Amino acid sequence: MKKEIICTVCPMGCEIEVEGSDKEVTSIKGFGCKRGEVYGNNEFLHPVRILTSTVKVAGQNELLAVRSEEPIPKELIMDCMKVIAEKTVCDTPIQRYDVVIPNICDSGINIVATSTVK
Amino acid sequence: MLKTDVVVIGGGAVGCGIARELSKYHINVIVVDKNEDIGGDASKSNSAIIHTGYDAAPGTLESELVVAANPMFPQLVKELQIPFEETGAILPAITEEQFMQLPAIKEKAFKNRVYDVEYLTKEQIIEMEPNINPEVKGGLYIPRESIIDPFIYVQALAENASENGVDFLLNTKVTDIRVENNQIKAVETTGETIETKYVINAAALYCDEIAAMVGKTDYKVVARRGQFYILDKNTSCKVKHIVLPIPTKITKGKLMCPTIHGNMLVGPTAEDLDNKTDKSVTTEGLESIVEDVKRLVPEVNIRDTITQYSGLRPNRNPEGLHIDVYDDVEGYINLSGIRSTGLTLSLSIGVYVAQLMKRQGAELIYREDFKNTREGIKVFHTMTVEEQEAVIAQNPKYGNIICRCETITEGEILAAIHRPIGARSVDAIKRRVRAGMGRCQGGFCGPKVIEILARELNIPIEDVNKNVTGSYMVLGKVK
Amino acid sequence: MYEVKCDVAIIGGGPAGLSAAVAAKKEGAKDVLVIERDNSIGGILQQCIHPGFGLSYFKKELTGPEYAGRFAEEALNLGVDVLLNTMVLDFAPERKEIICASSENGMTKVTAKSIVLAMGCRERTRPNIQIPGTRPAGVYTAGSAQRLVNRQNTMVGKNVVILGSGDIGMIMARRMSLEGAKVLAVVEIMDYLAGLTRNKVQCLDDFGIPLKLGHTITRIVGNERVEGVYVAQVDENKKPIKETEEFIECDTLLLSVGLLPENELTRKAEISISRITNGPEVDQYMQTSSPGVFASGNVVHVNDLVDNVTVESMQAGKYAALYAMDKMPGEVREVTSLTGNNVRYLCPQRLRIGNEEKAKLFFRVLQPDANVRLVAKCGDEVIASVKEKRVNPGEICCIQIPMDKVGDDVLVEVVKEA
Repeated sequence: MKKEIICTVCPMGCEIEVEGSDKEVTSIKGFGCKRGEVYGNNEFLHPVRILTSTVKVAGQNELLAVRSEEPIPKELIMDCMKVIAEKTVCDTPIQRYDVVIPNICDSGINIVATSTVK
Repeated sequence: MLKTDVVVIGGGAVGCGIARELSKYHINVIVVDKNEDIGGDASKSNSAIIHTGYDAAPGTLESELVVAANPMFPQLVKELQIPFEETGAILPAITEEQFMQLPAIKEKAFKNRVYDVEYLTKEQIIEMEPNINPEVKGGLYIPRESIIDPFIYVQALAENASENGVDFLLNTKVTDIRVENNQIKAVETTGETIETKYVINAAALYCDEIAAMVGKTDYKVVARRGQFYILDKNTSCKVKHIVLPIPTKITKGKLMCPTIHGNMLVGPTAEDLDNKTDKSVTTEGLESIVEDVKRLVPEVNIRDTITQYSGLRPNRNPEGLHIDVYDDVEGYINLSGIRSTGLTLSLSIGVYVAQLMKRQGAELIYREDFKNTREGIKVFHTMTVEEQEAVIAQNPKYGNIICRCETITEGEILAAIHRPIGARSVDAIKRRVRAGMGRCQGGFCGPKVIEILARELNIPIEDVNKNVTGSYMVLGKVK
Repeated sequence: MYEVKCDVAIIGGGPAGLSAAVAAKKEGAKDVLVIERDNSIGGILQQCIHPGFGLSYFKKELTGPEYAGRFAEEALNLGVDVLLNTMVLDFAPERKEIICASSENGMTKVTAKSIVLAMGCRERTRPNIQIPGTRPAGVYTAGSAQRLVNRQNTMVGKNVVILGSGDIGMIMARRMSLEGAKVLAVVEIMDYLAGLTRNKVQCLDDFGIPLKLGHTITRIVGNERVEGVYVAQVDENKKPIKETEEFIECDTLLLSVGLLPENELTRKAEISISRITNGPEVDQYMQTSSPGVFASGNVVHVNDLVDNVTVESMQAGKYAALYAMDKMPGEVREVTSLTGNNVRYLCPQRLRIGNEEKAKLFFRVLQPDANVRLVAKCGDEVIASVKEKRVNPGEICCIQIPMDKVGDDVLVEVVKEA
């Protein structure tokens, strides 16, 4: 398998070419720095993203902004969005970084509040 | 089934003008309009000028009505609190050839009984309007050409008519007109049927379709599109008067003038369309405006545009303004061919129509309780600080500024929604209180206005429309 | 009239205003007041729920609410006062009087010793760029749509086309996709991306959204609601090529076509405004042409990163505090900063020579370039120079200059590295 990956570590946007299988990288070229090489490897084997969205707060129209505490595997993003869409927060007040959805989609990662609700 | 004496079809300037005139008499009037708001189509997208009639075709009905209407404005705008200013118009002759045309224009004005048109020298013009093309040779001054807020004008007519008993049926399209024994019987609509003695067809672009309902098919309406630019209040090059081009045989040309709120208006084009709905602006149209107006005002800065729009003039084929009554359809009055001067003559045409109705046997008895005044919405940003303090103390909603560009408060928006013939759409609010009319074009206030409308009308957010049915602003809640 | 007196009054409670407030307090100003028109502080960051903030300032990837929240809390903990739901209508720069309106306090007069303008910016609109066509519902600026979706819980549309590849546009492409809308294309008139590469990867590529560089929207179709847009390739003069026109059916058009500093108040106060940045001209203390009136953040020039806004606003807040305490550095004379090769504008525009500090000059380039050197010169003497692998009009460049080396006007240029 061969993938072309645009590096997002810095604004340079190096085009990294990675070859390998699900489990290992056999060839990587085109990166501009060490961090780029790490990014290329990760993005090839196991791409992850920070997921941000909003959840409903019972009795309020304004939404609560939330994020995944850590980056989430890319393939889980849309499943996570379904869980987030269903969620309504009832226990107010909410402080920043309060856990809103623990261990979303069994990823081991929590969805936490990034804004506050009085 | 509703019952009335008169149905006016069309809630634009002409329809509302007639309704307001008839509201002075003991006669029941219903105005029907297909749109969600009064204000019509052409009446809300034009150059907002109240004409003198100096350049009308002498001896025509249009000349008569415009010349009669102009002097009626100063009194009316006081009574109904309508923003209006007699700026006067300047007609600069840029070329020798245009300069030679001036006497003929002055003579035409004389034939139209507009006697106060004066010659201007080059020096006088440059003194009056420093931004006019310095090649100007001389020109004419037409003192009573004026600017108005066209939205508030029509609203004021309608609100005053409403206060004097006229009913308005909006979102209601006329589908048929019943005539029995050569006499008007009823109007069928998408809502209720209205039994009536008189029908006044003020449907502008669609007046030919209404006329066909009573079997009159002697003319067609062709939409003549006019595109305009509005420039920022802070634009670098402004004019104080209405600056009009000298017309050629082909076109009346494009003008530049201030709006009553301090913006600059530039346009319009004149393009005959093969449909009645295409209110697009086009690159070619807009470019032609810039090209033409630069001959009058070379430094005009189009990059300061805050909006562009187009309006459709209901041009008649065969041409000319007509007010027709028919022996075989008694009680029916047909208005057609009302174009650029419609905003002006909407004030006199009601008087004319009332006379026609009398001739048809209508009994028009003056109502002693006719109320000739209307109180406008209190405008926060034109008040002194003391007045602002007082108005917030009285109504705290006036302290909540919703539209940052035009400094429009929630108090004004609520007033727009909750007065007679209140605003039911985002554009209706914009036309009543100018929220969203400024340089950010609703980017800031739009989301708030949608929420206020949903809350005040107690409707789901997805039912808030920009204007007519189908123009939904948003889909609903995200979650 | 309700009257408030303070040392430093800050107009705007977004990231710029809050950073300035924190810095003013830390510098020793006693009464610092933030005037905010919204019902909470934090400004636009409150609706920027996505990550990508703080990488340079906090060395940590934060979302907008987190970034704003940190400053909001710090400001409140330091004892900064806030007037919420309060719109400034006018201010007198000499008397340092600010007139504002609110439902709660009515008309309010704030009298300060120094003022920081931190009103931010607004979005360019459809009419600004003159897109032909009809005027149906469903045309939104990306920021308005972002407010509706993220704060007002309101979905703007189902099938979306986005004009402009600025960051807000791309971020809204992802946001709309995550919430179930279909983003059909992002259309960009330039032949390069306006925003950050990272956003192209994570907001467009991740969701399979086509990016059409060198294209523009030639016409909007629909009478009531948007029914679609025509998209065409542009030639070297940015004019659409008719034959390449294609129709994309959609119900919503989002515009991410640039931001403009919001300087209505500044203009009214007759403070001098740069024709290039559309913001007030400032010196390295972020002081405008009116003594004691400072400005920072997007009201001065549109920034790429909020981290830069913070740095610049800290400077404004610090010197606003010093001005209020009558401790401004003495001034010997003033020189101008001049734009050289591939420099669109410089901020600050003026440099006051009077203390020995270093000054940071922020700027944007006109054209993308790679392997270049940013050079600051006084006459023929190079006083500072930095190597850059890549410069891009979408990203702000910065060069720090030693003020003790500044003799005459300072010229900044971007030259090819030999």
